[in-house]
Amino acid sequence: MNITFLLNGETVALQDVSPTQTLLDWLREERGLTGTKEGCNEGDCGACSVVQQDQYGVKALNACILFMPQLQGKAIRTVEGFAAQDGTLHPVQSALIEHHGSQCGFCTPGFTAAMVAAHTTGATDYDDQLAGNLCRCTGYAPIIRAAQAAAKQDAPDWVNDRLLHSETPESEVLLPESSDTLARLYAQMPEATLIAGATDVGLWVNKDLQDLHPVLFLGRCQDLKSIEVNEDEISIGAMASMTEFREAIAPHHPSFGEMLRRFASTQIRNAATVGGNIANGSPIGDTPPALIVLGAHLILRKGDLRRSIAIEDFFIDYGKQDRSHGEFVERITIPRQIDRLKVYKLSKRFDQDISAVLGAFNIQVDDGKVTAARIAFGGMAGIPKRASAVEAALVGQSWTEETIANAWDAWQSDFTPLSDMRASAEYRLDTARNMLTRYFLEDLGAQTSVLEVHP
Amino acid sequence: MNASGPVHKSSPHDSAQLHVTGQARYVDDIPTPRGTLHLAFGQSTIARGQITQMDLSRVRETPGVVVVLTASDLPFSNDVSPSIHDEPLLSDGAVHYVGQPLFLVVAESHLIARKAARKADVSYQEETPILTINDALEAESHFEDGPRIWARGDTASALNSAPHILDGLIKMGGQEHFYLEGQAALANPQDNGDMVVHSSTQHPTEIQHKVADALGLPMNSVRVETRRMGGGFGGKESQGNALAVACAVAASITARSCKMRYDRDDDMVITGKRHDFRISYKVGYDDTGRILAVDFLQLARCGWAQDLSLPVADRAMLHSDNAYQLDNIRIESHRLKTNTPSATAFRGFGGPQGMLGIERVMDHVAHALGCDPLEVRRVNFYEDVAGGLSAPQVDASVALPPESISKKVNTTPYGQEVTDFVLHDLVGQLAQSADYFARRAEVAKWNANNPILKKGIALTPVKFGISFTLTHLNQAGALVHVYQDGSIQMNHGGTEMGQGLNQKVAQVAASRFGVPLEHVRITATDTAKVPNTSATAASSGSDLNGMAVKNACDLIRARMADFIAEHHQCPPSTIEFADGNVTAAANVMTFAQAAKLCYENRVSLSATGFYKTPSLEWDRIAGQGRPFYYFAYGAAVTEVVIDTLTGENRILRADLLHDAGTSLNPALDIGQVEGAYVQGAGWLTTEELVWDDRGKLRTHAPSTYKIPACSDRPDIFKVALYQNTNAEETIYRSKAVGEPPFMLGISAFLALSDAISSCGSTYPALHAPATAERVYFATQRVIHD
Repeated sequence: MNITFLLNGETVALQDVSPTQTLLDWLREERGLTGTKEGCNEGDCGACSVVQQDQYGVKALNACILFMPQLQGKAIRTVEGFAAQDGTLHPVQSALIEHHGSQCGFCTPGFTAAMVAAHTTGATDYDDQLAGNLCRCTGYAPIIRAAQAAAKQDAPDWVNDRLLHSETPESEVLLPESSDTLARLYAQMPEATLIAGATDVGLWVNKDLQDLHPVLFLGRCQDLKSIEVNEDEISIGAMASMTEFREAIAPHHPSFGEMLRRFASTQIRNAATVGGNIANGSPIGDTPPALIVLGAHLILRKGDLRRSIAIEDFFIDYGKQDRSHGEFVERITIPRQIDRLKVYKLSKRFDQDISAVLGAFNIQVDDGKVTAARIAFGGMAGIPKRASAVEAALVGQSWTEETIANAWDAWQSDFTPLSDMRASAEYRLDTARNMLTRYFLEDLGAQTSVLEVHP
Repeated sequence: MNASGPVHKSSPHDSAQLHVTGQARYVDDIPTPRGTLHLAFGQSTIARGQITQMDLSRVRETPGVVVVLTASDLPFSNDVSPSIHDEPLLSDGAVHYVGQPLFLVVAESHLIARKAARKADVSYQEETPILTINDALEAESHFEDGPRIWARGDTASALNSAPHILDGLIKMGGQEHFYLEGQAALANPQDNGDMVVHSSTQHPTEIQHKVADALGLPMNSVRVETRRMGGGFGGKESQGNALAVACAVAASITARSCKMRYDRDDDMVITGKRHDFRISYKVGYDDTGRILAVDFLQLARCGWAQDLSLPVADRAMLHSDNAYQLDNIRIESHRLKTNTPSATAFRGFGGPQGMLGIERVMDHVAHALGCDPLEVRRVNFYEDVAGGLSAPQVDASVALPPESISKKVNTTPYGQEVTDFVLHDLVGQLAQSADYFARRAEVAKWNANNPILKKGIALTPVKFGISFTLTHLNQAGALVHVYQDGSIQMNHGGTEMGQGLNQKVAQVAASRFGVPLEHVRITATDTAKVPNTSATAASSGSDLNGMAVKNACDLIRARMADFIAEHHQCPPSTIEFADGNVTAAANVMTFAQAAKLCYENRVSLSATGFYKTPSLEWDRIAGQGRPFYYFAYGAAVTEVVIDTLTGENRILRADLLHDAGTSLNPALDIGQVEGAYVQGAGWLTTEELVWDDRGKLRTHAPSTYKIPACSDRPDIFKVALYQNTNAEETIYRSKAVGEPPFMLGISAFLALSDAISSCGSTYPALHAPATAERVYFATQRVIHD
């Protein structure tokens, strides 16, 4: 297919690009721009970070899991494109030198890109902005000092790219522009692999070495990106990025927002979509348990037919979802409600880590009695799963430690978790139980998060 | 020594500007000749057995595959071992671990090679693998003839007569290097059968040696160049051999340039890691916590090939004393051979494991006595050595050791006198600047008010021996040219992996000639310029190469001075090289003018330099002698918080004070200390390697193996260099700094243990890495015991 995009300020028009060639490989192998590095080839280290600009703004992305067709109409800057034509360094670059922010230098281009993106948007939550960039030499402290120093200087003009006018690709065969077109194309070729943010599909290509054909890229379906909030519900387009979803949900359900802060990394959240996190059916996706306890529904579409199902019913078994050939997740709706949601993400590392256990709790208490309880977990079964027996043991009971203790056996009837490299079965079950205790103690006002303790 | 000029200044890394603009070239960034081929290994899927059949037809038929090589296709040596020739490049039929290279695919692209490598049909006769320490003990699977035992005093009777004894066990996991740049090599064939290899290696001479052997060539036919690595940490001391040899052999066979880089998952599966250890101890002590005797059993899992495991395990034994005078000690060390990747060098080289053993003992004894672990440590410290700038400044608030033990001799268990001990003073300063005692009281108070979250704090010291324990490695060479325009080109045998070695050595060169740093050009490490180099390892880079460069510079400077003195009729000793000028009596000329003058008068402006560390003598079998030229010191205070419901934990604050002698470049040294601490804390907290019961590594990518991320560094992170000067005549009296601060991370681990112990009266006996899960279960034991 043919694509057009801006690279470091210059228009690049390519013919017949392979749909699953990554930007990283293209930059390094075909363009000879070797500044952008391959550290892991799976979006976990950030060494390949680049800056992308489009009508939605400026953001950092991982070039190793960014397929060439996704660049259509975008402006990309790599580490070679952050200094001015005359060689004047970007404030981030000067600060990294001055504050000794590079040692071996291999992660530095990626850090530079992520920091330039943050500098441009004015973001100063550096631990979050850089959670997706690993450095093995510095211990991060000098990099953060550099970011703070650079923030005091204005962003130079040259990083703001003019955007391309002609954005519509020549062919919509791979790059549909609307959900209607997508629905038609997908109905015609239900065997196609749908590519939303490519943060998971990228690994099928880079690690499993799969040849994917045919593929459909959803990134240009503008109508699938919208998030609408009315009196009754929050309606999220399947292609809303995790970054966009986090901003939208945090005011309504702060604990959901806090979990999403720790969901993967800035680069991944900028690419990954809510729909993708659900539709790939992973038992360890982080949004489904929270959406389940909020009573969310999925709108599934096939051709012109739509149906709505409770999200928990979508997950039938490991690797099996209630989705027919040619059917796709179009929207997710969450009923408006008083916020009682807590989401607890347990992983080996706080940031950019897949959950060992993710617990979501939505428990209504009136006059000291539990009137309703929705509890769901990721990492505890082959699918994101509700703790129905535990819920039953709570509802109608007093909201007390005793009630929680009485639910002890119910946990075992709900879950038989596995042991793997992330956690043992015993640890998973224990901590799942203890998350309910944490929810209860939080109600009592106790401090229960090490992330909220400061020296 | 004249210390004018750029030395001791905090100049940035010489490549910093290249790093931030993406212009710094690593092996995979070097433009390749037309027709360059790309390589990938086909890997074993079982841990132990024999290959019964290997059908590679589908591999060979893959479009873009040029040739596929097996062991029988190799023209000469099939060996990439750095030690005892027990590491075939390609399997000779036997399989020793999951991921072992079986065959080599040579293809038109990296992706084609990777894809083709997965198409082999291999059948095995499987054997029961030896995977764990217990498996190896049971099977008596050792390297060397058996355990190595070093002893001093009479440990058995001292344990019998000690007022108190206790025993314990600590398991500590290995560690993946996770250098951001994976292993890589590029071989370019030359005329006459010669080979030029670009390798991401800490040890170009070893690459040269192994490539020469594999091609059946003398070493003079192979040239190896290393401009920089994207991180090494010991993981590129021997683990790059396979890629370089594979490229050279394939290049020789195809007469085309060949490049190989491991995909991250392959890198993590194939290459060695830090040795995991299990250390058990029996210790006798008195009421003050003074250790009267200690008996250590150290079990090291070495993997399938010997690699560097013997000196690693030796160094673990050598650091079993850490900072403490131990009069009765016995150390039994087993080097266990298992069907896992061959464990290799990693920052500290066994030192961290040995040190964690004795630090656990100190912590355990303090817990048993119910006193502050810092007091137990101080009671056992070697004595500070007075004199010079390292003399302790006595501070009334710092408790001095009781008179009864102050007469002990400062001698390590292996018989080396400790002549530069500074930890009483250093720890005193740190305890004060970090407000250790007050914060310890605060932590106790906070814990009393918090039922779910608990804080912990620990102060731990480091004494680390500097020198290669294989004495002959303590040598280095350099090549310095002064050109007729006064520009200087500098080369030495050390390699740059991010530590700033080139910058430090350039500072030395510039200072010797009294010129600004910009006059000195740093060039790639090249076996054709400086031969017979040692690995850039054991923290020795600037000690050895700095001295060799100084030596070369001083030879040239002396020749220049002699000529200029004669020219201006003044004594050579009065010629000054400073501020970019050369001054002879009343005559001042720029360094460039001086160089031109010397050139025109036929003075040689090029010299090789050489250095060997003096005074070393070491018998590793007896465990006696002076293996180290000197010791580097440091200490850290870490405060943590844990969640007793989940074991989640994090570091709140760390205060580090580290001895880099008279630092060559304080900013670079502080960078080493900060980075090493975070890496050390990572080893002991989130970095967990998990193998399954078939010997397959389950944590083979950053998605599952978790090195510290940005937010894992301490909220408050205070790092300072201790004012000291090296008692020995090192380069500008500086000290090595690469490895020693890694072990400051032990304070994070023992702070977690401290937090757990606040939950009850039982000793937590925490194992490493202290993942949230391990912290949780240790907490449960303490609560319920």
